[in-house]
Amino acid sequence: MTEIVMSQTPPILHGPSAKEKKYDRQLRLWAASGQAALESANLLLVNSGPGVAGVETLKNLILPGVGHFAIYDEAVVEDADLGVNFFLDESCLGKPRSQCLTALLTELNPDVHGSWYPNEETASTLEYLLATSPVFTAIMYSFPIAPERLALLEAYGREHKTPLVAMHSAGFYSYFRISLPGAFPIVDTHPDETATTDLRLLTPWPELVEFAGNMTKDIDSLDAYEHGHLPYVVILLYYLEQWKQAHEGKYPSTYKEKTEFRRLVQGAARTDNPEGGEENFDEAAAAVLKTVVPPSLPSGLREVFEYTPSEPIEERSSFWIVADAIKAFHAKHNSLPLRGNVPDMKAKSSVYIQLQNIYKTKARQDAAEVLETAQSIAPGRQFDPAEVELFCKNAPFVKLINATKGGDSASSSSVDLLREVTAQELANDENAELTMMPLSLLPIYLALRATSHVDSATADEILASIEETIPGSKDKERILKAAQEVARAEGGELHNIAALTGGMVAQEMIKIITKQYIPIDNTCIFDGIASRSQVLCL
Amino acid sequence: MLPTEVYPGSEPSRWKYLDRIRTRPGPFTNPDAFDGSLVAEAIENMTVLTVVELTSHSGAGGLGCEILKNLALSGFKSIHVIDMDTIDISNLNRQFLFREEDVGSYKAEVAARFVEKRVKGVKITPHNKMIQDFGEDFYMQFQVIVCGLDSIEARRWINATLVNMVDEDVSDSYKPLVDGGTEGFKGQARVIFPTVTSCIECQLDMHAPRAAVPLCTIASIPRQPEHCIEWAHVIAWDQETPFPALDKDDPEHITWLYKKALLRAQEFNIPGVTYSLTQGVVKNIIPAIAATNSVIAAACCNEAVKIGTSAAPMLGYPDENYMMYSGNDSIYTYTFKHEKKDDCPVCGNLARELQVDPDWTLRELVESFATRPEAQLKKPSLRGEGKTLYMQSPASLEEQTRPNLDKTLVELGLAEGDEIGVTDPAFATVMFKFKLKFRISE
Repeated sequence: MTEIVMSQTPPILHGPSAKEKKYDRQLRLWAASGQAALESANLLLVNSGPGVAGVETLKNLILPGVGHFAIYDEAVVEDADLGVNFFLDESCLGKPRSQCLTALLTELNPDVHGSWYPNEETASTLEYLLATSPVFTAIMYSFPIAPERLALLEAYGREHKTPLVAMHSAGFYSYFRISLPGAFPIVDTHPDETATTDLRLLTPWPELVEFAGNMTKDIDSLDAYEHGHLPYVVILLYYLEQWKQAHEGKYPSTYKEKTEFRRLVQGAARTDNPEGGEENFDEAAAAVLKTVVPPSLPSGLREVFEYTPSEPIEERSSFWIVADAIKAFHAKHNSLPLRGNVPDMKAKSSVYIQLQNIYKTKARQDAAEVLETAQSIAPGRQFDPAEVELFCKNAPFVKLINATKGGDSASSSSVDLLREVTAQELANDENAELTMMPLSLLPIYLALRATSHVDSATADEILASIEETIPGSKDKERILKAAQEVARAEGGELHNIAALTGGMVAQEMIKIITKQYIPIDNTCIFDGIASRSQVLCL
Repeated sequence: MLPTEVYPGSEPSRWKYLDRIRTRPGPFTNPDAFDGSLVAEAIENMTVLTVVELTSHSGAGGLGCEILKNLALSGFKSIHVIDMDTIDISNLNRQFLFREEDVGSYKAEVAARFVEKRVKGVKITPHNKMIQDFGEDFYMQFQVIVCGLDSIEARRWINATLVNMVDEDVSDSYKPLVDGGTEGFKGQARVIFPTVTSCIECQLDMHAPRAAVPLCTIASIPRQPEHCIEWAHVIAWDQETPFPALDKDDPEHITWLYKKALLRAQEFNIPGVTYSLTQGVVKNIIPAIAATNSVIAAACCNEAVKIGTSAAPMLGYPDENYMMYSGNDSIYTYTFKHEKKDDCPVCGNLARELQVDPDWTLRELVESFATRPEAQLKKPSLRGEGKTLYMQSPASLEEQTRPNLDKTLVELGLAEGDEIGVTDPAFATVMFKFKLKFRISE
């Protein structure tokens, strides 16, 4: 289930603004902070070929209110465009495509500004546009593209640390690839709410122990209502203590011990009532396997801890300073800062609220300690306490994308990587029947990549080009078929595949711009024949 | 070497890209099912039905605009669209055929006019109605049906109708159903060949209803902001009836509920009640964005093209029939075969096993149908073998059968293995068959 973002602002006694109404369905996904990031973004689309995937991407970003977009497209609208591109009509025939697209796209949302190039008044070349425009938040381009133009965009991406997104859609196939400028950390990853429960039942702190102790000191003499409304956290803490005393001071740790402990908890429910059991004890038993766990360090966060940014400390973003502070916290306490959320459970209102406050207070204390450490790591630097709190809350779920940076499309290291991945994927395919895994979609990428700089090619030409990069591949049946399928399209797009690709690219752009959710790392291939995708790091 | 000849339709230069794919085979095309020379004409003579957002403005919706655009640019010339909804301002963040000045107009009409104007030569017939307003004669005229509905009930209704229409001797009575849905960054696309492949009813347990909060929690021990909002919604509103009837789209009504919920929350020290959350809970709002609609609608229409042309194998023939899509954490699709169920109440012929407690009253059994993931029937009427157990309507029969509600299943003479038939006004034509299986209460 998608986690729903709640408004962070204190309750106000008037209804939503017109803008909040219009964007209501998306604010529930990325909140006002994500919307603000989207509205200040400035995007460039460098379009070529039929160019529909790029246009569909823009549609999907203009509707939610991206700030500004620019289209660089040298094509003149022809009849074939009208059969595949929804944002052109008959009155556009013979006119600059970028101009017509901009007119019909800006119509979608009066909040969004668009501009088009080349035009006579301002920029007539891409070089001039890149040199004179405010820095772009991200650049998207479509294949086929001239090699020197690609080099120009890649140089711009390096210089301005601008993410580049390449997309190629032909016939039933497409792929897109994201090049991020260096390691890209995300704090606000929106984990599934059910995965975030962290109750620290094996390492309770004094306030929690005291609270649970007070509620259970006369557990057997509690009346039916009180007993039936003990929160399951309290129940588990009580019986864990009992277990410990009976097991030489050790908590249940193996699966077998935990199932035995679960029986103990379930068996402690009173059954002499009309219901024949107690709901809170059912909840407690059901929570045993998931919540009776020692603190651990998730792999995503470990990767962050082990990564050393190339910049000196003074130039690092606050993310890396806070990450260091959390690493120090973890080293000192052997646990992460507490997230502080308590799942809903059967309990009296006042008891649940007290319990919630005990967790929240501890979470705030942990975050304050992290903030203090961060300030000592980078003296004189200002940290936003809310940002530190969010980082502490999400620490187990932070994610680092693009930690091992691939090269530009033509560099020798990227070709080596491609050969390595191809060998791996083809080897996987040989065992696909045994492992029940779907076949690799890499052949689609290879076939499309072979037409990166040409409008169309025959299957033989495509195979020859793949063979040049990956010797020995022309005899592989899957690669042959992918080449034939790409040749069938002759560089033409199917509207559905372009729209589908434009939807996926727009999702990724939103994730990158808002720094929320987790972007792909780094290439997504779509097969419209089998209707499935695959993400590979290339 | 593959054949390279293209067989263009009525406007060769306009459909240049599409013709390359739809009129000549690729390496995955089934040669026995494909004749490129017939495709363009066949597609131009097909009539496609699009069924979109039907309930009010709560759901994800928004697939409709994408589906109409995609079908028009897939070469289909005759499209019907059913949607009884009108345009709301919160649609504008994803429903690109509508502008601010269209707010309040019928979606089907505005969308049809827009697409006809933009894509020359396509005829779109709007129906500002509910799917239930039409009978089999109406649905018989279509070759493919593409659904972007936001309610499970509507999906189940159209599914049951199409399954019932199948006549083994009439090949034209098989209407392929392509269905899509989204929630946030996630979605699914599936293809159903009625009676041949797994149907929406077979797959119902994949859309389990959310667990309801017990009434006693709402009434006496609230802990979450949602509990306070539900209290305002189901208890305070009924007690005070500040307006004659609750209109969930009226901001004044939502504001009333919000204020009530806020007072309740303050009384119990519960943080987190906001206007936005109130609206979300009361209307059961599902977050929705253009990007996900774009992915899912296109995946559906891609299947419609494949069904219409056989230019590539479609979902559902022979194996995978369901694509799950998730964009929250990287991009992940899972495309698989959902198996047809022999005990599906709609397309199967065996009664489905129903776990019941023999000590249950009939009332408990009746109420359990609403929450069972595989049933989800809100107003069920029950018949046993040779006797009526409980009827929701007409009123006289309801009154006559009402005393049965307080009898246990055993008292009613029901035994393990007995078959019961269940009907529900939401699925007028369908009899859900269940076979009782007793579980012993502890």
